[in-house]
Amino acid sequence: MNAPAYNFAYLDEQTKRMIRRAILKAIAIPGYQVPFASREMPMPYGWGTGGVQVTAAILGPEDVLKVIDQGSDDTTNAISIRKFFAKTAGVATTTATEDATVVQTRHRIPETELHENQVLVYQVPIPEPLRFLEPRETETRRMHALAEYGLMHVKLYEDIARFGHIATAYAYPVKVNARYVMDPSPTPKFDNPKMDNCPALQLFGAGREKRIYAIPPYTQVVSLDFEDHPFEPYRFDAPCALCAAENSYLDEIVTDDKGGRMFVCSDTDYCEGRQAAGHHGSLSAAPYKEKAGSHG
Amino acid sequence: MVDQDLIENDEPLLVAKSLSKSYGRIAACRDVSFALYPGEVLAIVGESGSGKSTLLQLLSGQLAASGGQVSYRMRDGVTRDFATLGEAERRFLFRTDWGFVHQDPAQGLRMAVSAGANVGERLMAVGWNHYGRIRDTASDWLTRVEIDIARIDDAPRTYSGGMRQRLQIARNLVTEPRLVFMDEPTGGLDVSVQARLLDLVRSLVAELHLAVIIVTHDLAVARLLSHRVMVMKGGRVIETGLTDQVLDDPREPYTQLLVSSILPP
Repeated sequence: MNAPAYNFAYLDEQTKRMIRRAILKAIAIPGYQVPFASREMPMPYGWGTGGVQVTAAILGPEDVLKVIDQGSDDTTNAISIRKFFAKTAGVATTTATEDATVVQTRHRIPETELHENQVLVYQVPIPEPLRFLEPRETETRRMHALAEYGLMHVKLYEDIARFGHIATAYAYPVKVNARYVMDPSPTPKFDNPKMDNCPALQLFGAGREKRIYAIPPYTQVVSLDFEDHPFEPYRFDAPCALCAAENSYLDEIVTDDKGGRMFVCSDTDYCEGRQAAGHHGSLSAAPYKEKAGSHG
Repeated sequence: MVDQDLIENDEPLLVAKSLSKSYGRIAACRDVSFALYPGEVLAIVGESGSGKSTLLQLLSGQLAASGGQVSYRMRDGVTRDFATLGEAERRFLFRTDWGFVHQDPAQGLRMAVSAGANVGERLMAVGWNHYGRIRDTASDWLTRVEIDIARIDDAPRTYSGGMRQRLQIARNLVTEPRLVFMDEPTGGLDVSVQARLLDLVRSLVAELHLAVIIVTHDLAVARLLSHRVMVMKGGRVIETGLTDQVLDDPREPYTQLLVSSILPP
């Protein structure tokens, strides 16, 4: 009964060791879902309990943390987790992708290319890619063990039969290191190519489902497809309305009830960086006019 | 040149040796031995609780036997004891060289995915990766089992009972298996639909040179489809022989009772 009242990064050291062991195993078997004894965290399931535990286990005092939610640094989830670690670990936080050493993310991979000294931690709601095709957990485990992935193609077949193209737009299944089929968490399929041969370590934590999996740096990640219906990343056909970027993933924002809408980068850091570098989109605010006060 | 077909057919496809299975003190299946040859249709008949379904599960490797062994001649011609196969091999066998037609189509089909995907699943499981070809093969098979091509994208839950059963057969035959297990395939279908289904099965069996083990309590089904019949009672095979011989001239009292209990047409 003499446990310290405070431990670095919230979790106690034994828990962190347990999680690190799971992470090491996950890195050793790319794409394989390693069970771990997920803890209750001071947040509800679905808010990133898995990602938070992975981050807590790998965080060191020198690390610089960035947290994004749907690409954005300033949503509730992102701010709360960033504050949580600022408070419990006292680590430096940032919104700049290139300055961060650990990036915890929900539903996006940053547009800025990651480098070798970074770890990307994904929050995963449902780690099992076969879940909605085969409800039995015992059966899906066996299918992974025997690499029986015909069923995954059944889903893609259904998409083409119904919609004429592979309509799966997010959580698009990938094959890691030519062995395990993996759910990349609900990232848009636009981000799938970024996972392939990525210099940064990618860790996936699912708190409710108690699974950790990983893609080690420079690992082959292939999106599943058919020969006659190859994988295609999807992006709205428009430039960002704020920074005019032509190659970033866009959010669609409805601006009025008359069908008005704008497309902006979902990665806020990337967008702000471009605006600071002088790029302007069609709907950028024009500060010099406001200052001029042309219509008083 | 030796006739390759003759050699092929000369050796049994599946051999059961003194198979038995007991659940605690209850012996569900005792000392069953037989050999099944390529292209042969064997019917296992008997009343409820006679051990038919247990036997079928033993033969198809879904249940571990308490005694005896099942061996199967693989596609490479080597006969292997089923118990020595690894799980991966067994499952591979199950989705390529074997078929299993369940009484309840919901067990054998994926009710929520389209008919085309149901048929195509086995192909995708053995590595087919071309949507157009998978779809062509699926439509081809739907035609063969007399399902309207226009229904290819409908889920089997929108199908009638007879269509579901035919779809299940197409799904099983798409990889051209050599052995198909059928567990009461006509159970729960009305008489006219039964007749069409039996007709279809009979022509497919002849066309594809399938070996079939069919479990049924309906002697009419046995008479229409099978070459040989095994009669089971209390877990034992009490009589076996050519279908017309067993059904027209039953030797055992129980078989006589079974045959005489059919209403004359």
